[in-house]
Amino acid sequence: MTHSSHDSDLLNHPGGPVQGSAGTRFGFFTDTSVCIGCKACEVACKEWNQVPAREESGFTGHSMDNTGALGADSWRHVAFIEQPAGHVPASGGAGVDGDAEVSGRVGLEWFGEDPGLPPGAHGSEEQREVPNFGGAELAAPGVTDFRWLMSSDVCKHCTEAACLEVCPTGAIFYTEFSTVVVQDEVCNGCGYCVTACPYGVIERRSPGQHGGGGAFKCTMCYDRMRGEQQPACAQACPTDSIQFGPLDELRARAEVRAEDLIAAGVPGVQLYGADPDSGVGGNGAFFLLLDDPEVYGLPPDPVTPTRNLRQIWGSAGAAALGLAAAVAVAFATGGRR
Amino acid sequence: MSTAHAAPTAGPTGAAGGTEQRVYTDADGTTIAVPTYHGRPVIKEPAWTWEVPWYLFAGGMAGASSVLVLGAKLAGHHELADRARWVAAAGVAVSPPLLIADLGRPTRFLNMLRVFKPTSVMSVGSWILASYSGVAGAASGLRALDRLPPLQDACDVVAAGLGAGMTVYTGALVADTSIPVWHEARRHLPPLFAASGLAAAGAAATLVTSPEGSRPARRAAVLGAALELTVDTAMRRHLGPIGEVYGREEAGRFHRAARAVTTTGAALVAVGGGRRRGVTVAGSALLLAGSVCTRWAVYRAGFQSARDPVATLGPQRARLVRGERTRARS
Amino acid sequence: MGSNMAENHPVAFQWVMEAKERGAEIVHVDPRFTRTSAVADAFVPIRPGTDIAFLGGLIRYVLAQEADLREYVVAYTNASHIIAEGVELPDDAAGYFSGWDPESGYDSTTWRYEGDAPDAHAAAGDRHNRVEGDDPHRGATADDAEEGGQAFEGGSIRNVNAIETDPTLQHPRCVYQLLTRHYARYTPDVVADTCGITEEQFLTVARSLCENSGRERTSAFVYSVGWTQHSVGVQYIRAASILQLLLGNIGRPGGGILALRGHASIQGSTDIPTLYDLLPGYLPMPSAGDHDTLDDYERRTTAAKGYWSQGRSFLVSLLRAWWGEHALERDDLGFGYLPRITGDHSVYPTTIDMFTGKVKGYMLFGQNPAVGSANSRLHRLAYASLEWLVVRDLSMIESATFWKDGPEVESGELVPEDVGTEVFFLPAAAHVEKDGTFTNTQRLLQWHHAAVEPAGDARSDLWFAYHLGVRIRTKLLARAGGTPAERDLPLHHLTWDYPTHGPHGEPSADAVLREINGYDADGRPLATFNDLEADGSTSCGCWIYAGAYADGINQTARRTAWTEMGPAAKEWGWAWPNDRRMLYNRASADPAGAPWSDRKRYVWWDEEAERWTGFDTPDFAPTMRPDHQAPADATGVGALNGDDPFLMQADGKAWLWAPAGLLDGPLPMHLEPVESPVDNLLHPVRSNPLAELLPHEHNPHHPVGDAPGADAYPLVSTSYRIAEHHTAGGMSRFGTRLAELAREMFVEVHPALAAERGLVHGGWATIISARSAIEARVMITERIAPLRVGGRAIHQVGLPYHWGPNGTASGDAANDLYAIAMDPNVHIQEVKGTTCDIVAGRRPRDAGLRRLVARHATEPEAVRHERRLTAARDGGR
Repeated sequence: MTHSSHDSDLLNHPGGPVQGSAGTRFGFFTDTSVCIGCKACEVACKEWNQVPAREESGFTGHSMDNTGALGADSWRHVAFIEQPAGHVPASGGAGVDGDAEVSGRVGLEWFGEDPGLPPGAHGSEEQREVPNFGGAELAAPGVTDFRWLMSSDVCKHCTEAACLEVCPTGAIFYTEFSTVVVQDEVCNGCGYCVTACPYGVIERRSPGQHGGGGAFKCTMCYDRMRGEQQPACAQACPTDSIQFGPLDELRARAEVRAEDLIAAGVPGVQLYGADPDSGVGGNGAFFLLLDDPEVYGLPPDPVTPTRNLRQIWGSAGAAALGLAAAVAVAFATGGRR
Repeated sequence: MSTAHAAPTAGPTGAAGGTEQRVYTDADGTTIAVPTYHGRPVIKEPAWTWEVPWYLFAGGMAGASSVLVLGAKLAGHHELADRARWVAAAGVAVSPPLLIADLGRPTRFLNMLRVFKPTSVMSVGSWILASYSGVAGAASGLRALDRLPPLQDACDVVAAGLGAGMTVYTGALVADTSIPVWHEARRHLPPLFAASGLAAAGAAATLVTSPEGSRPARRAAVLGAALELTVDTAMRRHLGPIGEVYGREEAGRFHRAARAVTTTGAALVAVGGGRRRGVTVAGSALLLAGSVCTRWAVYRAGFQSARDPVATLGPQRARLVRGERTRARS
Repeated sequence: MGSNMAENHPVAFQWVMEAKERGAEIVHVDPRFTRTSAVADAFVPIRPGTDIAFLGGLIRYVLAQEADLREYVVAYTNASHIIAEGVELPDDAAGYFSGWDPESGYDSTTWRYEGDAPDAHAAAGDRHNRVEGDDPHRGATADDAEEGGQAFEGGSIRNVNAIETDPTLQHPRCVYQLLTRHYARYTPDVVADTCGITEEQFLTVARSLCENSGRERTSAFVYSVGWTQHSVGVQYIRAASILQLLLGNIGRPGGGILALRGHASIQGSTDIPTLYDLLPGYLPMPSAGDHDTLDDYERRTTAAKGYWSQGRSFLVSLLRAWWGEHALERDDLGFGYLPRITGDHSVYPTTIDMFTGKVKGYMLFGQNPAVGSANSRLHRLAYASLEWLVVRDLSMIESATFWKDGPEVESGELVPEDVGTEVFFLPAAAHVEKDGTFTNTQRLLQWHHAAVEPAGDARSDLWFAYHLGVRIRTKLLARAGGTPAERDLPLHHLTWDYPTHGPHGEPSADAVLREINGYDADGRPLATFNDLEADGSTSCGCWIYAGAYADGINQTARRTAWTEMGPAAKEWGWAWPNDRRMLYNRASADPAGAPWSDRKRYVWWDEEAERWTGFDTPDFAPTMRPDHQAPADATGVGALNGDDPFLMQADGKAWLWAPAGLLDGPLPMHLEPVESPVDNLLHPVRSNPLAELLPHEHNPHHPVGDAPGADAYPLVSTSYRIAEHHTAGGMSRFGTRLAELAREMFVEVHPALAAERGLVHGGWATIISARSAIEARVMITERIAPLRVGGRAIHQVGLPYHWGPNGTASGDAANDLYAIAMDPNVHIQEVKGTTCDIVAGRRPRDAGLRRLVARHATEPEAVRHERRLTAARDGGR
């Protein structure tokens, strides 16, 4: 939190957790409607946490996003989406967490259309219309406007964290702030968490890099929080797109913000990860999006895989019995020769 | 060309835009256009390397062999029991090294036994592997030294139990992930691996046992192969568009090979029987190869499935469209 | 307008977002849809180089709708002033103002006020220097050097009380009527066609601006180099000033024209200038011949009214600060020790003088012209003609390595063995490694403390300057045999006694700030420049900074939390002059001294207390009644009336019409960029006739209009910065954190242009001008829209200019493409809205590069065709 005042008794003036706030669940509210894509969060995170440089960091052509995705060497990732005029967000400004009642129309408006650019780019002489940037009418950006969406993605710090649940060594744990953190000195790099995360956040760092072989992801700056400081990304964010605080307070603030924007006619507004009634039990880091989660590369209905453990072990048990039975059959018939 | 892989209507190759869309048709026919972020994957590919599929094979063969050992002892096939025990021992010998070599920090392998976590299949599996390899090793050792027959019997019994677990837990291991083609097949993978393990165990035993003594092993091999093919078919039907990775790229090649080789191998073993040794040997070898290919097919399919954002996003959006949003644990 | 604030000033942009949260409407007028546009309420894609047309249209709209804050305009601006007989507007005189002479440029005396105040002069710090012969288009000739000759910014007018005015604004020659006439032709349709926008887009902005100005509301303009880097850059700012003054948006909270600087402390580098023609505090650097004595200097530079009348005491106190007791012993208090200007010593002419050997040595402090200056190729070639070059920087920048691995070495134009330049690279300390102040755009001085010692040989600039001085003095003394030579006295007599500390003998920045703040006759730190004397009893290193160390306390180090301060944040840092957070704040109250409205109150007259009160330090004597009328014979500060808010101006009023001080006209008029693909739709004169072009073999300009070869460069190019990098890359291209965010140089083009030229997204393109050709990765995006001008579509090419061959993020330098063409008033280069061409594929690495440039100039169509075919074959990669 850089400049705007926060009314929380659980945060001190610099915006960190006050002493004795252990036991409270803290989190991030990333309000993408005010993100300006400056990437200060990415840089501040890397500086503070001494995250090594990415191995691949060339020109991607994915708008201004050369970071690409979250991973062992990028714990914050700013996504950039250029939306030409005429694009209609599927959720049309209603709904929270990509809810079903708005999703019936998903994609149908888009079907067959070309939201990207341009058929002629490979050499044809075809000319395209000058894009309608709209916006000349002083109003909230409407569906006819060219939009440039930006969003700073981060580890979701799930209530039911798949990475934590599948970790065989107990290296991943819940902190006193209910954040999910990897103990690097315990992690043996089995990589199971990498396959478990439904968001593709945690990753095993390449050998050769500092800490190579281990699994890494956002710690919500656990060390800073224990030092009564807010996480580096939130501190660096100039527009308060990244807000840090007690999760329930953030959720309340986010509800109000979403309603305001919807009332102002901003299309596609939806909260993502704020609802505990979900496949991961809600997120400690949630977002206000201006389009469907998929557009930002986020899964619309993520599920913690361990939810289905009973099924899985059940099927495994059955298979074991089946194996025994099959062997029995093999010996049952026929004599000894 | 599978629908899940309809050519992008636009995307990174076109311009800076960002919303590459692809059409996805769910198993129940729900058709939606799935937007993606510059066509990028949503989840990560596994960090695992080549050791893992070989481990899946070796562990599965070993485990099933131990079950075979017990069966053979009970049925009085002592030669078969001895040979199968060696097969198990061989599998047990290579499994831990393979698993350890795959770790990002192999020196910390023992951290696997730092805790026991029922929620982590890998934790449970590590304990199974540790105890099973111990017991199976002991069984072979005692037999070699020909000491303490009662303890031998006990070892064989326990090894059979743990071996069964060893064979099936690897299926659970890959099923308990967010990789669509693995997680959606969570009911099929353990039986698939069990069947595949049985086929391999039977084939291996057949190879090292005299034609007279290997009859039940041949039966087990053919039976395992048949079950493997059946479960595989059921699995892919259940997976629908998600399962189409088994028709593409590396996974596709391994999968086609697995089916062909397994089918042929089973047939040859059945035909060869105890009389045409050459045919049976060839068939057994093919069955072993088939089992390896099956593990590799499943392994590579996981990577391909993780790479495809539509495989992750499609089914989830389809759930929302159907109004089946996942709710909190009750 | 002319600013991409979100990307280039993201930290300051937090306040824009804060204002938006509180209901402010954000309008972004810019050639490209940027990260700023993305969060604005409205975006208007304007053609580069047409902002004056847009602003002129707004001025006309305001006048036509009579939407101006009339009481403010009449009382606080020179709208009612009558201009002398004989003044002509471009409409009367074939596109020129009166006084035009093709040989010598404008004679501004025809722009003067009517009445017994014959000549008014202003010189924005005397920026127009005579250069023998080399350029006829230089303003002041020796004749100006008579009484009331060049003056400080704000100008010198004798008999200010004799100016004739018409408060009804009806007189045909009053400024208000001249404005109305001059901008009458800037109608929405013409503006729309010139700027490449729709009338509706223009009118939307016009309506919004008027709705949000007046007594109850104010609007602010934000600009950056998108406005200044033009051959008419100064007039851009003038146009905005006129508009804001008409709307009553100057000197009031929420109003103003906010200039966003290119990087930290650029403001400081003009306050205590790195500019050749200024002394600290915007005092003109004396010119040889005109300012031989202190009296000449005062007579020809100070104003009759307002604070510039104190010029002599400002300068004398500076002399005292520099030469201490020695100043008292010298004639004119050491005025003779000051160097004199003999011509235009600004950076571009100086660089060109390197080719002829006129300039033999050069020092670059924290600047990377080999990447960052217009026509950077010319700079690299010029440096190769030097005898020695000193580069002080954080990183091994291109300006220090051009001789061994620059593009010219690659192309064979330079052979390292043959380059005679001796290059000294001296690593510099970063701001966290030294004490000092930053002065930001709102004139706020903020102290920073050294956090760590500089690594290795790195030293602060202060260390370098101080120890260089010490060593030079020692050497000179030795050479003179122990007794100072007369010619060396200015150096030997300098007060050069700063205490040093630390392992490297770092001079005390605190002591320097104390010296700048100055001392009174008794050696006490000054509290305000009002205490400066002309008799040498006071010393002050920069009069506008007097008070920064008031009461012996470093005021710039104040750090009171925003939660514990009033709206003016008075306890954070220190703002010049006299810790005023808003200049000309007298204008925040109406002529009677009452706030224009309650919600816009800032500084107002308290009748009971008989003094001014409010949130900020009043701009003037706090007890001067709003209705105070200075006696007719009064001069200087005493001549200011109670309703003269613009107290730096010689008449106390804001200048809608500039009776003097500008070389290219008393009112802004739209002129196309020097290299523009279209004619001027508003005036018969195409581009600024006074633009400084510096003709040179390495500085060719594109043919325009119907001239042969003009078709070679049909595209409009505009250079800019992105959030990921900093200026010429010295601070961002040599590490990993920032470099990995944008490793490669790219060029932004619209899909239609890409289709036309066969460019492939993510592939390579070569951008060509008459100066050079560079390559970049292709970014195809609708954010850079083609503009419809005069009925036809004109494509833009967007070129970030951060890259150079060195560092961890390397690429070609966009500035290789630009010619040097400058604004005549302040010599700033035009790197917006010039022309170029783009073709598919990479550029030649070797001598083929020059061949490509040459061939393209003569047969562009053939080059484009071949490149298209090659691209189609190999997929543009």
